[in-house]
Amino acid sequence: MGRYVIRRLLQMIPVFLGATLLIFLMVNVMGDPIAGLCGERRCDPATAAQLRKEFGLDMPVWQQYLTYMGNVFTGDFGTAFNGQQVTELMGEAFPVTIRLTLVAIVFEIVIGIVLGVVTGLRRGRPVDSGVLLLTLVVISVPTFVTGLLLQLLLGYKWDVIDPSVSTDARLDELIVPGLVLASVSLAYVTRLTRTSIAENTRADYVRTAKAKGLPRSRVIRRHLLRNSLIPVVTFIGTDIGALMGGAIVTERIFNIHGVGYQLYQGILRQNTQTVVGFVSVLVIVFLVANLLVDLLYAVLDPRIRYA
Amino acid sequence: MRGATHAKWAACAAAVVLATAACGGGSDSGGSGADGIISSSWGDPQNPLEPANTNEVQGGKVLDMIFRGLKQYDPRTGEAKDMVAEKIETSDSVNFTVTVKPGWKFSNGEPVTAESFVDAWNYGAHVKNNQRNAYFFGYIDGYDEVHPEEGEARADTLSGLKVTGERTFTVKLSQKFSTWPETLGYAAFSPLPRAFFDDHDAWLAKPVGNGPYSIDSYAKGSQMSLRRWDGYTGPDKAQNGGIDLKVYTDNNTAYTDLIAGNLDLVDDVPASQLGNVQADLGDRYINSPAGILQTLAFPFYDKEWNTPDGAKLRTGLSMAINRKQITDTIFQQTRTPAKDWTSPVLGEEGGYDPTLCGQACEYDPTRAKKLIAEAGGLPGGRITISYNADTGSHKDWVDAVCNSIKNALGNDRACVGNPIGTFADFRNQITQSKMSGPFRAGWQMDYPLIQNFLQPLYYTNASSNDGKWSNKKFDGLIDRANAESDPAQAVETFKEAERVVRDEMAAIPLWYQNGSAGYSERISNLALNPFSVPVYNEIKVD
Amino acid sequence: MPEPRQNPHFDDPAHSAVAATGAGGATDLAMSEGETLERDPSVVFGGRVPDGREGTGPSAKPRSLWSDAWCDLRRNPVFIVSALVILFLILISLWPSLIASGNPHSCDLAKAQQGSQPGHPFGFNGQGCDVYTRTVYGARASVTVGVCATLGVALLGSVLGGLAGFFGGAWDAALSRLTDIFFGIPVVLGGLVLLSVITSSTVWPVVGFMVLLGWPQISRIARGSVITAKQNDYVQAARALGASSSRMLLRHIAPNAVAPVIVVATIALGTYISLEATLSFLGVGLKPPTVSWGIDISSASPYVRNAPHMLLWPAGALAITVLAFIMLGDAVRDALDPKLR
Repeated sequence: MGRYVIRRLLQMIPVFLGATLLIFLMVNVMGDPIAGLCGERRCDPATAAQLRKEFGLDMPVWQQYLTYMGNVFTGDFGTAFNGQQVTELMGEAFPVTIRLTLVAIVFEIVIGIVLGVVTGLRRGRPVDSGVLLLTLVVISVPTFVTGLLLQLLLGYKWDVIDPSVSTDARLDELIVPGLVLASVSLAYVTRLTRTSIAENTRADYVRTAKAKGLPRSRVIRRHLLRNSLIPVVTFIGTDIGALMGGAIVTERIFNIHGVGYQLYQGILRQNTQTVVGFVSVLVIVFLVANLLVDLLYAVLDPRIRYA
Repeated sequence: MRGATHAKWAACAAAVVLATAACGGGSDSGGSGADGIISSSWGDPQNPLEPANTNEVQGGKVLDMIFRGLKQYDPRTGEAKDMVAEKIETSDSVNFTVTVKPGWKFSNGEPVTAESFVDAWNYGAHVKNNQRNAYFFGYIDGYDEVHPEEGEARADTLSGLKVTGERTFTVKLSQKFSTWPETLGYAAFSPLPRAFFDDHDAWLAKPVGNGPYSIDSYAKGSQMSLRRWDGYTGPDKAQNGGIDLKVYTDNNTAYTDLIAGNLDLVDDVPASQLGNVQADLGDRYINSPAGILQTLAFPFYDKEWNTPDGAKLRTGLSMAINRKQITDTIFQQTRTPAKDWTSPVLGEEGGYDPTLCGQACEYDPTRAKKLIAEAGGLPGGRITISYNADTGSHKDWVDAVCNSIKNALGNDRACVGNPIGTFADFRNQITQSKMSGPFRAGWQMDYPLIQNFLQPLYYTNASSNDGKWSNKKFDGLIDRANAESDPAQAVETFKEAERVVRDEMAAIPLWYQNGSAGYSERISNLALNPFSVPVYNEIKVD
Repeated sequence: MPEPRQNPHFDDPAHSAVAATGAGGATDLAMSEGETLERDPSVVFGGRVPDGREGTGPSAKPRSLWSDAWCDLRRNPVFIVSALVILFLILISLWPSLIASGNPHSCDLAKAQQGSQPGHPFGFNGQGCDVYTRTVYGARASVTVGVCATLGVALLGSVLGGLAGFFGGAWDAALSRLTDIFFGIPVVLGGLVLLSVITSSTVWPVVGFMVLLGWPQISRIARGSVITAKQNDYVQAARALGASSSRMLLRHIAPNAVAPVIVVATIALGTYISLEATLSFLGVGLKPPTVSWGIDISSASPYVRNAPHMLLWPAGALAITVLAFIMLGDAVRDALDPKLR
């Protein structure tokens, strides 16, 4: 087990290098960012040249990448176009996003799994159809609309929350944004749990456990749920990326200055340093998340072993 | 469906319990009357907040509060009035003598002297400081030396600037420009204290100026707190205790915060909410003209768009656009159909002329169809209108313009929108002359002069002449107008040049953009200046 | 590898007393699956490859798992209803003019945002185009993008994920780390870079892009299910009996590991249709004048306070499509589960 974890941690190095190189090249392919800095007029050539020099854009791409990576290893992630340090931007954005992601994941786990178990045990009943309808609404109505309506209703009509999240982004302010962010994933988690539960209710070990006279709640928790969770855990592991890096819509609606928003801005302004910096950290998050998911397999299903 | 609702409300009930602490509502920023603090929506400035480096409205808001230049544009009439300048004199429209009023100070106690201006302008013009607005100093003699087209600077300072006394300096221009003093209200011409040069990083972290407000705290990316500077001696003291500029990720969120009572002022009401302002805000909404003109520019470097009959084709397209319907429906009257190539904020003496475009800007599908047919039809059978998709909601109006053209020509393939992902990419395609059809062009004036609406946009090789239009007659008229010493005569000559633009239809004028703002019940006396920036110092807190 | 008989695994080690029953049951199952298998051409998923008759078990029963499944399906009303809905969608995708006589490109701004009126049952959108006509005409692009992207993602993802999960070791490490890199590419960046160079105005670049960025998720789901499924006693039993890798993977593991893939794929179908709108918004998706639900939904979204009908109809069409595929997926999964018989 220990050796397995160490091996997985070592694998992070090539992935990290590969991901940074890929993203670096992709932002570069987008073209020259300088033209976007001068508003609706042509940058005068001297200023443009000076700016290119300042951001290191006058060097060949490979040299830019090496310089950048060299700086990264000394902890310098470069500067954004507005003169702010990327590390500073990350220091502001990541704590907020991590809190928001945690709230969303808690919603996915609690609501998603509860709804999944209930619908899995009562397939075809009204509650099952009700949840299916809810799923359809969540998939076909854009997050933008759900978020906007919740914000209007709760923040304006009934005045129970502040429509926008403050700079501190406390956990309690992130509950509604977290729910909105989690909504589509909730649909996945609910239906994955439902299917697994439905499949496993007829498994022999569940029949046996029931036959032995174990209490129903214990059968569900210890036997049924535990064996049904692997697809759900896998899904949540893959979803962390979408939640952390792709929460642009939710972050914009609720005024959260998080990773998704900064990354989006960085991409639109073609700021290599911001984009590569943020994505590098995100890639590390995925690697750790996937490692945890793999380790959880062994916990949920003791037959799975890692050597 | 019902199950859905239940689940949501259950979650919300949990949210309510947990959120009670956060649900104060209302503005917690303290005080009322003359000491009241106003919270206002803001966007993060894209460039460092130096006066000559700020070329967008968000940074402009701050500079407007913390700086006062030689001239100040009257928020209502747009007229350039002396502010820090005591007098600016010239006899030949080339050499100017500027006298600075006594008694002006920066908020750190330094006096505002002739040197404060000359040093600031030398800084702004010098190529090594890569200031985005350096070209503003381009009329001053010696600019080519400190800011050559390429390569290193050959001089440290502008040879046209000379300090002649503590409060006087002289300016020599490289060409005749009679209305040059009127350009001095632009933020790039602001004075700078020594502190700016002595400790640049500290200054950038918390800029210091000579305006009615001083910066109390600045958290990049989230909020800037400005407070009334009580040592301010200018005539336009702040009528409130200060302004908190809050960064919003989206103007729609700011709007919702405004109607929920958490914000006092939103100066950019989202288009999708314009239909609701009456219900949400009643009369707490202003919609006033700003010096912004939206046009469709053409790629004159493309042979298909630069034919002898091209003017007919472009005029035909102009007449195929139902401006009134689009401004009423898509923009809810926050735009006004364009009738010339300037802006109503100039006033008729300033050169605005609502009759100048005449028929060519009126919707007339029959004549439009005829003109385009006479010109040999649309190049390639259909046109594409390019725009950048990342900022502003351009898609709606581009689609509407296309539909208008399609309907006028009776051909549902005649026009199509072409979104381009990023603003930088859009600008790159323009500057590298890669456009193959009309494209969006917007012009926000730098200073309220007719010259600013014509020369940078249509003069041969001018910095914003995106379509690379070139016309000798027009260039000649502009040169003549600039040299004219009588302002009224100069305006007439500029208008004559504008008529050349009309006859050639160098760009299709679409509409004048208004500034719009909504505000809370706490505040009153709100106005937007011709740059669509709120006049913060005049706002009163009730 | 532990021998299954000597090491009877049970899911919950606390109750190993009943292990013998469990293992025995599973073995029976494995035996009955060892019968002649026929691939039914009408049922297509990822992860399965056509497979000849090479049954080793007793040939007492004439029908295979797959033909059993088909018999079940034909009698399942849920399947019939969803199949009819999908057929209808395909029909209007091919010939939208069958049920809509208007022109989706003829718009009159004077009617912008107006509600329902005679001849225009769904009202008008923000540009004054008829919402009904656009909803019908939008089916072609949206259904094509949704179905093709989902099929592509499901096939690629489950093949790669299934192999990684089954073989483990270096295969798994390489594939999993590749998925990690793909997860790192932000959709907006990927779209702007990969799609902006393509000038084709068909749906295929968009489909290709979605497959490229979408497969890692299904791949991880498939890998997880295969890792679980290969621990089952009947798989261990088959292995002990000397079954080849491909046989175990196709006969024993795939049918038992496919459920989560179906679930994720059917929901993803809806999200791909919406994602197409995001790409179009960035100017890299479907090029105008293509009509699609995604584009109409996203352009109606900001106006939901004033004119919800503009959003309701295209979103409703999307919901019905997703519902049809979810029901289809459910029916297929049920039919494949021998425990339900």
